Amino acid sequence: MSMNEVDDLIQSVSQELKDLLEMRNISNPLLIGIHTGGVWVAEKIHQQLNIEQELGTLDISFYRDDFTRIGMHPQVRPSNLPFSIDDQHIILVDDVLHTGRTIRAAMNELFDYGRPASISLVTLVERSGRELPIAASIVGKQLDLNENQHVKLTGPEPLELVIQEISE
Amino acid sequence: MNLQVDENGRIRHFLSIDGLSRDILTNILDTAESFAGVTAQSIKKVPLLRGKTIVNLFFEPSTRTRTTFELAAKRLSADVLNINLNASATSKGETLLDTLRNLEAMHSDMFVVRHADSGAAHFIATHTQPHISIINAGDGRHAHPTQAMLDMFTIRRHKKEFKNLTVAIVGDVLHSRVARSQIIALNLLGAAAIRVVAPRTLVPAGIDALGVKVHHHLESGIRDADVVIMLRLQNERMQGALLPSEHEYFKLYGLTENRLAVAKPDAIVMHPGPINRGVEMDSQVADGSRSVILQQVSYGIAVRMAIMSMTMRSQQDVEVAKDAN
Repeated sequence: MSMNEVDDLIQSVSQELKDLLEMRNISNPLLIGIHTGGVWVAEKIHQQLNIEQELGTLDISFYRDDFTRIGMHPQVRPSNLPFSIDDQHIILVDDVLHTGRTIRAAMNELFDYGRPASISLVTLVERSGRELPIAASIVGKQLDLNENQHVKLTGPEPLELVIQEISE
Repeated sequence: MNLQVDENGRIRHFLSIDGLSRDILTNILDTAESFAGVTAQSIKKVPLLRGKTIVNLFFEPSTRTRTTFELAAKRLSADVLNINLNASATSKGETLLDTLRNLEAMHSDMFVVRHADSGAAHFIATHTQPHISIINAGDGRHAHPTQAMLDMFTIRRHKKEFKNLTVAIVGDVLHSRVARSQIIALNLLGAAAIRVVAPRTLVPAGIDALGVKVHHHLESGIRDADVVIMLRLQNERMQGALLPSEHEYFKLYGLTENRLAVAKPDAIVMHPGPINRGVEMDSQVADGSRSVILQQVSYGIAVRMAIMSMTMRSQQDVEVAKDAN
């Protein structure tokens, strides 16, 4: 998938997000990207919607449920939430929604920072394979992939979606 | 074979800086950087080591090291047992190995060990079941590797990188396990110059083999230094008359604002604590703007969280292997 297509996807989710915020009367949302791909997407949305509040970033490594199996990613980046999330409307941004475990971990981490008024989820790609009851509020593109296929956002410049076959 | 590192190059025990690679040290510092952010959360806890049992096994009294280890373990959501063996089973005649067997039977996952004998943590690591990680919290005069790592973290936070730094380590190097670990870590991380500043009686023989320059004069030792690390005068470990008096020590080696003027203007002053005010340094320096002594304590928690979670990670493989059998 080319970078133009990714840019188009980001543009369309930004527009949808704008409509959603208007509909819900949310004037001052907090945008938070999940490392790494989610941060790239969030940066663009943040720019396109002219969001006042600084962009937040979340690294969910410490909240993963598979720590005992795969361990810690060697390059854990600090989470950076330069604002209080109490009673705020949070827009969580990720590149790919797959099993839902990343979002579960991200929400757990968020609640360790405070009690948001609401959390919405924006994802560039939604693919099959959910293992938890988690759904996105806004989806750029739906992909029906089998379990041997893997979709990944590469970046930061240019942003590209890559689908790989995983050989057993 | 290096007892500390598993076949995949990850640390499973943390016994000394000796034998570790620059990559491992950098990895620890990077991981600690993200744990430092946990203190910004209103709930200062991450669920990484939930369900794990960590035993603080202290054969020698310590407040700061034990409490920061305890807090680090609790912030990782582990369960913590503090065992003070001065006052416990050993006084009833139980051997060390029996004590270890008992703690193993309680399904512990990690021992944090402090002992007055050099090599104690290493001994325990070779005599416990392989799935238990051992972290050395100070053994005799040998090593205090987590203290050295938190010092490296503090230096990196303030100076960004090590390659152009001149670091002066001042004081009772002879009795200091911290100094040995610091010197090895600074060399691995590529500090430009390491100086040891102490009276002749407090410099261990052969220290120049570690790649340091020995100074016996405080002013020449800290001149143009970027980092000045003061060591505690370890009176409790001194046998015989190594020093005329504390007063005289302060006169010659005590750090004052005046003397600090010869160091770089942006030099930082560190001390592993506890400070003997008026012996190693003046209160004015300890509480002054260049002192980062209390930051060292805060950073110690993040660094210990990093080391604990990294050793526990490689321990998981042992358990998987055990399950497969």
